[in-house]
Amino acid sequence: MSYLHNIGAYFLMIKEMFRKPTKWSEMRRLIFKDIDDLIIGSLGIVAFISFFVGGVVTIQTALNISNPLIPKSLVGFATRQSVVLEFAPTFISIIMAGKVGSFITSSIGTMRVTEQIDALEVMGINAINYLVFPKFIALMLYPFVISIAMFLGILGGMAACVYGGFSSVDDYITGVQMDFTPFHMTYAFIKTIVFAFLLATIPSYHGFYMRGGALEVGKASTTSFVWTSVMIILLNYILTQMLLS
Amino acid sequence: MIEVKDIHKSFGDSEILKGISTIFEKGKTNLVIGQSGSGKTVFIKCLLGLFVPEEGTIEYDGKAYSKLSSDERSDLRAEMGMVFQGSALFDSMTIAENVKFPLRMFTKQSKSEMNDRVDFVLKRVNLSDAHNKMPSEASGGMQKRAAIARAIVNKPKYLFCDEPNSGLDPRTATVIDNLIQEITEEYDITTVINSHDMNSVMEIGQKIVFLKDGIKEWEGSNKNIFKTDNEAVTNFVYSSDLFKRVQKMYIEEDQ
Repeated sequence: MSYLHNIGAYFLMIKEMFRKPTKWSEMRRLIFKDIDDLIIGSLGIVAFISFFVGGVVTIQTALNISNPLIPKSLVGFATRQSVVLEFAPTFISIIMAGKVGSFITSSIGTMRVTEQIDALEVMGINAINYLVFPKFIALMLYPFVISIAMFLGILGGMAACVYGGFSSVDDYITGVQMDFTPFHMTYAFIKTIVFAFLLATIPSYHGFYMRGGALEVGKASTTSFVWTSVMIILLNYILTQMLLS
Repeated sequence: MIEVKDIHKSFGDSEILKGISTIFEKGKTNLVIGQSGSGKTVFIKCLLGLFVPEEGTIEYDGKAYSKLSSDERSDLRAEMGMVFQGSALFDSMTIAENVKFPLRMFTKQSKSEMNDRVDFVLKRVNLSDAHNKMPSEASGGMQKRAAIARAIVNKPKYLFCDEPNSGLDPRTATVIDNLIQEITEEYDITTVINSHDMNSVMEIGQKIVFLKDGIKEWEGSNKNIFKTDNEAVTNFVYSSDLFKRVQKMYIEEDQ
């Protein structure tokens, strides 16, 4: 029963997010602030993880190709497919559920605990639009982060491949360009947009509707990470089934 | 003027407000007092429109809140100022930005007009030198004064304060009480204050509503609260040694 209540309340929050918009000059300021906090602030960790995980994917692929009949370029091909199809959109989104998601839940949750949300509502401001909508718009730039993750993942793979002595740069680049299917990019970015929506709304829901004090803010952050990750994994499966099979 | 008519509010099976009726007049400091758990905060949140009573009406200058459209409610809320118990200043903004916030949201004033108004209001609450301080850098008393400045910056018709001097030392609490009373008279607004502080009752209680277990037990002013024979009120008022002495003084005066 509690699950049904939460699902209903979540969709009502999404509806409320588009109702009674905040004054544009203020909204613009909030959007830029959230772009800075959620997108620009995540680039460092995303770049670091992408580069090294791309390298790991390459090394593991190379070490598992022992048959001399398999061309060396396959390493680049396998890295590209892993990074573009799964690692960048899904794995990075789960990391972002931890980083961005808990930031959103704890910042909104703290505003709830310290009555700042009540203060907005008393002033006649639609608090959901004021707090959640700018995060939703900011996270529409999330594909930009994922593009960087894809590029750096493949670049990290190349560095690991060349410096590990698994294949030459030419072989790796040949593999990266081999059998490229443009729809795979479309698929990856459809997933990215869906995950961006989840990253903006599920943590906001857990922050906005939390009750209690500082301890509950911590609990809400953990719950929000768990549910965002679960929904990302579930929708990843559903979208892959729908778009690729 | 705010007229409250027979409001009831429950949470689940627990009835918190059990039919409260009263009138809060303009230009007066109206105090809602009572012990913790008596329903004061729920009552003030009903007045603010944050909670919707199941029964009864609340009229603001003759307009029943429950009959207003969503836009009319927003307009009415823009006429309300609220000082929260914990100040509720936005911690990502400086004190000046906090005070300017209602002006940015609800007026079309130019930047210089807004800055002038913020300067004026901050000066009014004796915070002229706190413009660029973050709320976390301000003391409790400064935060309360900043919250009052934010509540009055847009010239509200109704001012609500939820335990405005809780957690403050007696001297700062008196400053805050006097400030609220001065502002109420100066701007001729309807002010409702939630409190369980007897000093506030003595200082600014022009009208007092005493709540007990969600019922209005007594109403009057600070002039007659010490002379009432209502047992619940006397138990509340004379719970401290200081006020027991005041009671003794009154009895001696009468004799």
